[in-house]
Amino acid sequence: MTDMTNPDTSRRVPASQQPMTVPAPGNPEAIGAAVSVNIDGLDVKVPLGTTILNAAKQAGIKIPTLCHHPDLCVAGVCRICSVEVEGQRTLQASCSFPVTTPIKVKTHTQKVRQARRHILDLMLSEHCGDCYTCGRNGNCELQTLAKEYGVDSFRFGHVEKPVHEIDRSSYSVVRDNNKCILCRRCVRTCLDLQEVGTIEVLGRSHQSHIGTFLDKPLGDVVCINCGQCINRCPTGALRANDQTDEVWAAIEDPKKHVVIQTAPSPRAAIGECFGMEPGTAMTFELNTALKMAGFDQVFDTNFSADLTILEEGTELLLRLKQALLLREPGAVFPQFTSCSPGWIKYLEHFYPEYIPNLSTAKSPQQMFGAVIKTYYAEKQGIDPKDIVTVALMPCSAKKFECNRPEMADSGHKDVDFGLTTRELAKMISEAGIDLPRLPKSDFDSPFGTPSGSGVIFGATGGVMEAALRTVIELVVGVKVEDLFEHADIKPVRGFEGVRYVELAIPQVGPVPDLLKPLFPSWDFLKGATLKVAIAHGTANAKKVMEDIKAGGQFSKCHFIEFMGCPGGCLGGGGQPIPTTPEIRQARAKAIYAEDSAYEIRKSHENPDVLKLYTEFLTEGPCGHKSHKLLHTDYTPRGKYIE
Amino acid sequence: MLMTAHERLAGEIRDLVQKLGRNRSSLVPILQEVQKQHHRIGTYAMQVIADELDIHPVEVQSVVSFYAFLDGKPQGKFVIRLCRTISCDMNGKKRVARQLENDLGITFGETTKDRHFTLEWTNCMGLCDQGPALLVNDRLYTKVTPEKVHEILEECRRTFGVHATERKEAHLA
Amino acid sequence: MSSIQTYTQATPEAGLKRALGMSRPDIIHEMNESGLKGRGGAGFPVGGKWNFAASAKSEKKYIICNADEGEPGTFKDRVVLQEHADLVFEGMTIAAKAVSAKEGIIFLRGEYTDLREHLEATLARRREQKLLGRDILGSGVDFDIRVFIGAGAYICGEETALIECLEGFRGEPRNRPPYPVNTGFNGHPSVVNNVETLASAACIMGKGADWWKTMGTAKSTGMKLFSISGDCAKPGVYEFDLGVTVADILKEVGGEGAKAVQVGGASGRCIPPSEFARSIAYEDIPTGGGSLIVFGQQRDMLDVLENFMDFFGDESCGQCTPCRVGNLKLLEGVKLLRAGKCSMSYLKELCALGETMQIASKCGLGQSSPNAFLSVVTHFRDEIMGRTFSQA
Repeated sequence: MTDMTNPDTSRRVPASQQPMTVPAPGNPEAIGAAVSVNIDGLDVKVPLGTTILNAAKQAGIKIPTLCHHPDLCVAGVCRICSVEVEGQRTLQASCSFPVTTPIKVKTHTQKVRQARRHILDLMLSEHCGDCYTCGRNGNCELQTLAKEYGVDSFRFGHVEKPVHEIDRSSYSVVRDNNKCILCRRCVRTCLDLQEVGTIEVLGRSHQSHIGTFLDKPLGDVVCINCGQCINRCPTGALRANDQTDEVWAAIEDPKKHVVIQTAPSPRAAIGECFGMEPGTAMTFELNTALKMAGFDQVFDTNFSADLTILEEGTELLLRLKQALLLREPGAVFPQFTSCSPGWIKYLEHFYPEYIPNLSTAKSPQQMFGAVIKTYYAEKQGIDPKDIVTVALMPCSAKKFECNRPEMADSGHKDVDFGLTTRELAKMISEAGIDLPRLPKSDFDSPFGTPSGSGVIFGATGGVMEAALRTVIELVVGVKVEDLFEHADIKPVRGFEGVRYVELAIPQVGPVPDLLKPLFPSWDFLKGATLKVAIAHGTANAKKVMEDIKAGGQFSKCHFIEFMGCPGGCLGGGGQPIPTTPEIRQARAKAIYAEDSAYEIRKSHENPDVLKLYTEFLTEGPCGHKSHKLLHTDYTPRGKYIE
Repeated sequence: MLMTAHERLAGEIRDLVQKLGRNRSSLVPILQEVQKQHHRIGTYAMQVIADELDIHPVEVQSVVSFYAFLDGKPQGKFVIRLCRTISCDMNGKKRVARQLENDLGITFGETTKDRHFTLEWTNCMGLCDQGPALLVNDRLYTKVTPEKVHEILEECRRTFGVHATERKEAHLA
Repeated sequence: MSSIQTYTQATPEAGLKRALGMSRPDIIHEMNESGLKGRGGAGFPVGGKWNFAASAKSEKKYIICNADEGEPGTFKDRVVLQEHADLVFEGMTIAAKAVSAKEGIIFLRGEYTDLREHLEATLARRREQKLLGRDILGSGVDFDIRVFIGAGAYICGEETALIECLEGFRGEPRNRPPYPVNTGFNGHPSVVNNVETLASAACIMGKGADWWKTMGTAKSTGMKLFSISGDCAKPGVYEFDLGVTVADILKEVGGEGAKAVQVGGASGRCIPPSEFARSIAYEDIPTGGGSLIVFGQQRDMLDVLENFMDFFGDESCGQCTPCRVGNLKLLEGVKLLRAGKCSMSYLKELCALGETMQIASKCGLGQSSPNAFLSVVTHFRDEIMGRTFSQA
């Protein structure tokens, strides 16, 4: 049901537990048995231990929730989901009450309705914030419930003036405790789901508030900017930094040449902001919208995704050459992917000693920025200081990434703005554009060829699949379609938290021209077995890292894809809210469908990329110029907080 | 050898973890011991404890901020806790409270400048038939009167060995 | 010297010796027969609790003594621990035999740290006398007890919050079910019993369930310890049979002519003189932890109420909305009443809120904190409405 392996139960957030799944003591034969529960007069049979909430879902009965979230462990703190259970004096929280005997439940009695209304009134008495000025206006769970339960007055008062200071210290995440209703979803996300541990509940009773270590500004503590907390916050207490005004200013400045690169995940999800079903890709309609909004050029990030594959793939092959052919010490394995800035920062904080394992290749976003302000600027005869590069990303950490001091290899800030899917949806609305009804249009040259291998970057396993497609054809020398139907490398796909795949290399083919300067032949790989792994979400990354530290199975891998966010980029911190396992699965389906429909599905066949190497990066992948513009280094940060 | 306060503290905490067990259920006893020795649980201590128990510093702080007897702020050598619940309240705690504030020159929630005394409210201490009740570190005083307050503070000062003239200045602070 | 006759007169280790020679089901049967209910305030049948834990299958089980006595006006456990620690540990050992537990923990509230030395010394002596440790009195039962000191939180008196504290977390009550007898300390079945419960259990095993039933009423068997304080001549710990009336207690402690009596601590009920003839038993006025606070005629009930609501506002763990914000609103309401600024309609709203809190809060604290508010508002309405000046 969930799309990630459950984090270790020893890391659970206190007082939040999985609902009881074992039967009452003394009845071991009943494990797995079904039990009947009567909800509002409707009988429904469910497995023993199912919560009332899930039983109601099965019966098609709606019970409102606030602190409950399908990705997170149970909290049972908001009490909105309270229901009457026959025989019990107190109401029971349906999100946490397990059904073990046939019980009668009533979900909308007078007592329940009064309780829910009171709870909302209590929350609203402390919730300081005007819906009009809030980024979640129209998409706020508290607002929705207030409407459903007929809130027409603030029974217990309302806070007019903000009490807490808004924390804007982070490039990516803005915290506004004035709007916080203490549902603790963010804490469970950061502590349980992602295991980063940036925020927790501090204080007791009505002094409780969500805070960082020492209540420091977010920018001063260990936060990886993944924004998963934002995606799960039911109100506007957590949001991403909004830079739309600055982007509008750039667009409206006649001196500026504003180019935008769009990534696959936003394209698969932005429709959700316009009422479309999750999984409706809007890639080409979006191009039209962006031009209408005033962007000068619209490029496909998949170009630089393919570029990343060639650079990073070559880097991997060079490590293998160092280890297997030259037998030199110092070749570090496994190589870790480096396109997820949340993952990068996670490693820099928690496993800085493994920095040598990180691929030096930049992320597609950053490679693109460097290429635009050099190659593209030259080609078009535009002064790079007049170019504004905007990246449409599903990611909140990209805002931090593009501001990293080393990301200026073009001589200017390579990427000026990392724009989230939500920000762009806002801009499109502001411009009065009706996205779903637009005609399609193509990307602009010279970075306009749609590519399947680039598109799948958006899903967990996608980077690995793109890399394997290239390795199979360029090294093994066979067509991918010969080994995997339709070139769909299914073993690396899926939502399991950690996946492990082996690729045998029984024979090798000729070295392609592009790589001849670096590799005389592939013979050193003949007979080897390439061991790769995929992990998504930092809790799973931690599992893999601990295994590597202990010398386990994953320490013997050659290449591991790490994504900071559960589901991969399609679940990123900048994506439309809400997020659920079903929504992420739908987005993945859209991404893989886009890949299937494209002509170019292998990075080494992308004509725009090949042209770049012929015209500009003439030494080929991992050559001097590539290293300067497309590779980077990292900062060991550790986890100590001053 | 240059041993910093940090190194010393880290060593103490590692010894505690060794003694009490490297698991989460040792957290509260470890915190209590650090509180006792150092009169506070500082930011460095919290990070070392977090590292040793494989949890996050903010989780340690979350626990510290929950319990009344654990404090992240520096506390005095003597933490004075006066019960404010109903039975002690009815037996005259207000006058005792005022006397404490006068004698120490601080209000509830504060610590004297010389870091000798911290004054806190506390809730029912289970001495309702002998109130007003006062807790000074681990020691209980019952049937406290404003007159007795002076004796209690003097006893603390004697234990600590404060010089007579220093004492006067602390009084005027 | 202890005023608790039943405990003073109990033959030391009589209960333990008898239990060690009985089968587990028989011990539990005896507890069931006695009708002993938890003496900490929740009143859960002790035999039932031990039975659940006994039936749970686990290689580890725990007997936890809840010595986190924090209910305002309650101090009986302090006296029991001071004077009858042996009886308490005896009760824990009997429970250990009944449910097959090998480890015991006594959760001693931080405010009682001065008792630690005495308790450790008692434990050490019991180990020497083979009353604790391996092969207790040659019976083959292994059981030992360690002391855990609390860190200053009333909510840790709630059994799941207590377990959370033991595990190194914030003392926030858990979702129930599952209950500690099924999933307790570190996920293992744990019996959490109050100090008095354990001491009384030891007495029952020593003298038999029938003896216990000669005291009290049919539904509320046995005797109960009462902590009595406030405006009375002789405050202290008293022993009464359950079913005793408020009036009789007041006579005994020299508190006649009281304006009101708070039965069961701050989370109990405020009883006006018109109800002094009622009895204290599970079927009438619930005992709670057995505290009685006597209010003389000079007392201002709003003062009292504010003190209680302040207490709950401070001690609420803060995780669930009804309790965290509800207690704040009730306290604000009391302050409005003081200032004479609370309208009748807002007061009605607060009472409705109190009723919601009683059924929607996650644990007993939020479920019972409105009791004081509702009973004072009901019984002393005239006194609290229409104040024309605020009192300092």
